[in-house]
Amino acid sequence: MEATGPRPDRRAERAAAKRRRDRRGLAVAAVSTVVVIGGLIALIVTSPGWPDVRDTFFNATVFKESFPDVAEGFWLDIRIFIVVELVVLVLGLVVALVRATTLPALFPLRLLAVLYADIFRGIPVVLLVYLVGFGIPALDPPQGLLTNEIFLGGTALTLSYGAYVSEVYRAGLRSVHPGQREAALAVGLTEQQTMRHVVVPQAIRNVGPPLLNDFISLQKDVALISIIGVSAEAFRIAQIQSSTDFNYTPLLCAALLYLAVTVPLARMLDRWDRGRVR
Amino acid sequence: MSPPVIDIQGITKAFGDREVLKGIDLAIAEHQAVALIGASGSGKSTLLRCIDLLVDIDDGDILLDGEVITDPSVSPVAVRRKLGFVFQAYNLFPHLNVLDNVTLGLRKGTGMSAAEAEESALKMLARFGLEGREKESSSNLSGGQQQRVAIARAFAARPRAMLLDEVTSALDPELVGEVLRAVRDLKDEGVTMLIATHEMSFAREVADTVGFLHEGRLVEVGPPEQVLEDPQDPNTQRFLRRLLEARRV
Ligand SMILES: Nc1ncnc2c1ncn2[C@@H]1O[C@H](COP(=O)(O)OP(=O)(O)OP(=O)(O)O)[C@@H](O)[C@H]1O
Ligand SMILES: [Mg+2]
Repeated sequence: MEATGPRPDRRAERAAAKRRRDRRGLAVAAVSTVVVIGGLIALIVTSPGWPDVRDTFFNATVFKESFPDVAEGFWLDIRIFIVVELVVLVLGLVVALVRATTLPALFPLRLLAVLYADIFRGIPVVLLVYLVGFGIPALDPPQGLLTNEIFLGGTALTLSYGAYVSEVYRAGLRSVHPGQREAALAVGLTEQQTMRHVVVPQAIRNVGPPLLNDFISLQKDVALISIIGVSAEAFRIAQIQSSTDFNYTPLLCAALLYLAVTVPLARMLDRWDRGRVR
Repeated sequence: MSPPVIDIQGITKAFGDREVLKGIDLAIAEHQAVALIGASGSGKSTLLRCIDLLVDIDDGDILLDGEVITDPSVSPVAVRRKLGFVFQAYNLFPHLNVLDNVTLGLRKGTGMSAAEAEESALKMLARFGLEGREKESSSNLSGGQQQRVAIARAFAARPRAMLLDEVTSALDPELVGEVLRAVRDLKDEGVTMLIATHEMSFAREVADTVGFLHEGRLVEVGPPEQVLEDPQDPNTQRFLRRLLEARRV
């Protein structure tokens, strides 16, 4: 009997059907996006208060005027963010590693690490910025770092985020399969070498996405240091400019600058997460 | 006469109040291969891990080349560098490529330079049929290839003895052969080995001695033809009969 294989034109037929389906899907997505977003915009611009809002939040002239100053403030934010983030990454790892030790002699260190993580994770970041930013200068230290608001604000952020990030690392260390540690010991590594060359690298790889997530929060929280008088910071500059001429466009300007950093980070995070699932 | 390479003297081990090893005696002479058989949970893995000092024993002694290694004053790191361990689940380092899996122990453990370690690792990988795979991530390899990398990694520093823990039981049946070939290759070179296995025909072929472990006791030890074909202990008889029945079904 003759074999009843698929008709040769079936493949082309299926591909064409798939193309049609894809095209239709794309069209539906485009139309519904336009309808929803267009509807929202229409709703906003037809509301009675819109002309006022447009002038006070979306004023092109004010935007152009305030942008250079706000951007300069934002550059300070970025620099503070980078320095704090680097210190946080190291501090968090050190705290997590100290907590992972088992040597009896290190008990006091472990205790300190636990206290640190518990206390600083438990205090809201804003409160900590206040406490450090106003508390330390109140002790009347000699002029210098300890009276510098940027340093104090950065320290508060570091303490807070160091505690969060130490927990992230701890989860990462726990996520490494015990068989990895055994295999490392079995090939003749010492406990320290095992940590350094086998456990920690895998732990860090496993917590990349949550670490990046904390980066994004930190990047936004840098604005908090304005409350202790860092006047060169983006949000503060925008605030001052808004209050002088009762126009809030500078704030929008600051918001856009934040988004310019956090949105790409968020996209990166998504891509990373998806890559790991594969 | 030189002492056995591995000499296990009356060791016991309990996890909590669960006694897993209840007094094991076993000596492995140089160039000998001992196969350890026994039901799941009988303590095979635990015994191997005790020898590699990955688990602390409660009582008894283990000697390596006549020296007690289970004394608290002995550095476990130095002992492990003289032994090669292959795990059932390979336990390759996923963040390192194939080559670095093999060189890590050589570089950190033996004080070899990176270049020497690499040269020696490449030879070892080639020997187990992994030429040209050295730059790949281990997760790209098949289970059989991964287990051969693990064997190369354990053997790279030329240990005094190899401890193999059911190295084929995580593999698809068609990949078992290539890994057994690697073990046979070690045996042909006269490597001293202790092999926990479920592969009876393989045990018969490569082992000089077979030990049957039952609930933490070595109830029968002898040449493979005796233990596997004419077992004296009722537990061994039952175990082998069940195995045979399972195969027939
Ligand atoms: N770290 C541990 N903590 C508690 N119990 C353990 C531990 N390791 C092993 N055991 C127990 O000891 C017993 C013997 O385990 P072991 O892994 O040595 O058996 P096995 O003969 O290798 O079995 P299998 O053929 O399934 O690998 C089991 O009951 C197991 O649950
Ligand atoms: Mg086992």
